[in-house]
Amino acid sequence: MSEKRATREALGATLIALAAEGVDVVVVEADLSKSTTTSSFAEVFPSRFFNAGVAEQNMMGTAAGLAAAGKVAFTGSFAVFATGRAYDQVRNTICYSGLNVKLTPTHAGITVGPDGGSHQMLEDIALMRVLPGMRVLVPADVHAAAGAIRVAATTPGPFYVRLGRAPLASVYAEGYEFELGRATVLREGSDVTLAACGVMVERALEAADALIAEGISAEVVDVATIKPIDADTLADSAARTGAVVACEEHSIVGGLGSAVAEVLGERAPVPFRRVGVRDVFGTSGEAEELMRHFGLTAENIADAAKEAVSAKR
Amino acid sequence: MEAPVKKIARTAQRMRRDIIEMLAEAGSGHPGGSLSATDIVAVLFFHLMNHDASWPERPDRDRFVLSKGHAAPVLYAALAEAGYFGREHLSTLRKLGSMLQGHPDSSKTPGVEVSTGSLGQGLAIANGIALALRLDGNEDPRVFCLLGDGELQEGEVWEAAMFAAHHDLSNVIAFVDHNELQIDGACTDVLCLGDIAVKFSAFGWRVFACDGHDIRDLIDTAEQATQAARAHRSPAVVVCRTVKGKGVSFMENAVEWHGKAPNAEQKRAALAELGFGEEAR
Repeated sequence: MSEKRATREALGATLIALAAEGVDVVVVEADLSKSTTTSSFAEVFPSRFFNAGVAEQNMMGTAAGLAAAGKVAFTGSFAVFATGRAYDQVRNTICYSGLNVKLTPTHAGITVGPDGGSHQMLEDIALMRVLPGMRVLVPADVHAAAGAIRVAATTPGPFYVRLGRAPLASVYAEGYEFELGRATVLREGSDVTLAACGVMVERALEAADALIAEGISAEVVDVATIKPIDADTLADSAARTGAVVACEEHSIVGGLGSAVAEVLGERAPVPFRRVGVRDVFGTSGEAEELMRHFGLTAENIADAAKEAVSAKR
Repeated sequence: MEAPVKKIARTAQRMRRDIIEMLAEAGSGHPGGSLSATDIVAVLFFHLMNHDASWPERPDRDRFVLSKGHAAPVLYAALAEAGYFGREHLSTLRKLGSMLQGHPDSSKTPGVEVSTGSLGQGLAIANGIALALRLDGNEDPRVFCLLGDGELQEGEVWEAAMFAAHHDLSNVIAFVDHNELQIDGACTDVLCLGDIAVKFSAFGWRVFACDGHDIRDLIDTAEQATQAARAHRSPAVVVCRTVKGKGVSFMENAVEWHGKAPNAEQKRAALAELGFGEEAR
């Protein structure tokens, strides 16, 4: 296994590559360029990088103007500020006009760690998912993140790409081509579907390994595009396995679990469980410690899978 | 100079007529802030701005961002007058299926650069457009942004003001429609704006003031502002003293006409005052 890398590491590097390839990329940051890695883009393309200062609303508005005038405008900051602090700008200026603005904030979820609940964004998928025209991508590793950023840059309209600071094992190979709107079956199984996104994909794969010993065959699906969701793959998998567990480093309200439940409710009602943060704010602690504290480990996923399987008739 | 001034004044008066007629037809909307901004918008669209209704996307056009999006009727009146769309659309304002939404929607209306309506956002958008023009080496076009005075209570305006000065955005020219009223009452009572000119000056802008209903004064001051912005490599703002509801006596300086449409009788009275009485039409 190669060294673990955070999805945020893909941001600056991919933006540099895109600009070098001729994509008319610009970046508007809000004083977090070193943390988000957009500082590396700023070093190579200083004239195409704009710091809005500690002003996320202005960051979004400026990006909207750049996009309205033909640029592919990426924004920085942390997930909590980019979505919460500037929500109206994202809704009314970016999405309402269908502008070519790509939100690629980092530091999503509890894996932010010691900064605590104020900075651990657990509602961003929910907030972004309800906006008409917004596409929501949650890559599972640094290679998927690079692919997701490329898809966002080259597909017209607003995107939200959720990036994190936790180092993750590679699920995909370098150069992975991210396919918008497609969920990827990483491992086939027959008893339960583990539908995961982001940092939880690695853990879902671990859970699937552990479940073999229990005589349970788990299918692992990386739902890297939460909107537009791949309803066909999810419904097909649910119909075959007869039970589903959604796994996300996000509130169980409004995120991946909700999106999967919407698909299952309409197309393949089966026993269903959610692994995620149970409608509470985060708290200070080390990332892995917090994953245990909030019940987001491979063991928690395996337990939920056993529950879902036993709920089948 | 007098001939163009008179022509613009007549155009502004037709725009006021259109505003009254479309709001009466719609049965809702914002006459007060549309009428206070009419002369400013008329000077922009029919004197200052380089634009082309037959080619709305023309790269060298000046841009206009209506940050106070609720004044959509004055923008629609200007766009119709300029020929961006047929006048028959004006009577569809705010109706299902109309290209003329309650607030400006760039995806539906030719000539609308960006969607606005949630206050405080236009200046940041104008800045972004100006940055893109600079990156493209297309620095001749100016980006005009019309703000309301109540809107200056939004924090993003000042984030954007700081940003424009920092980036020497000398092609960003803002106008403040300073009619001193907002929905809940006088700005001084709701939340005092203080000295708008001093505030912008402290943020690094070139600041100008004029009578927002004196066409000659508007033209002269706006031209000074654009020249000063270029000369000093800084953004410029023109604070325009205006009267909310200007041109219709019973709407003037009346808070209740911020967001209320005239009924049939009020429409007739307003049009008569504007010189479009039934006998004159």
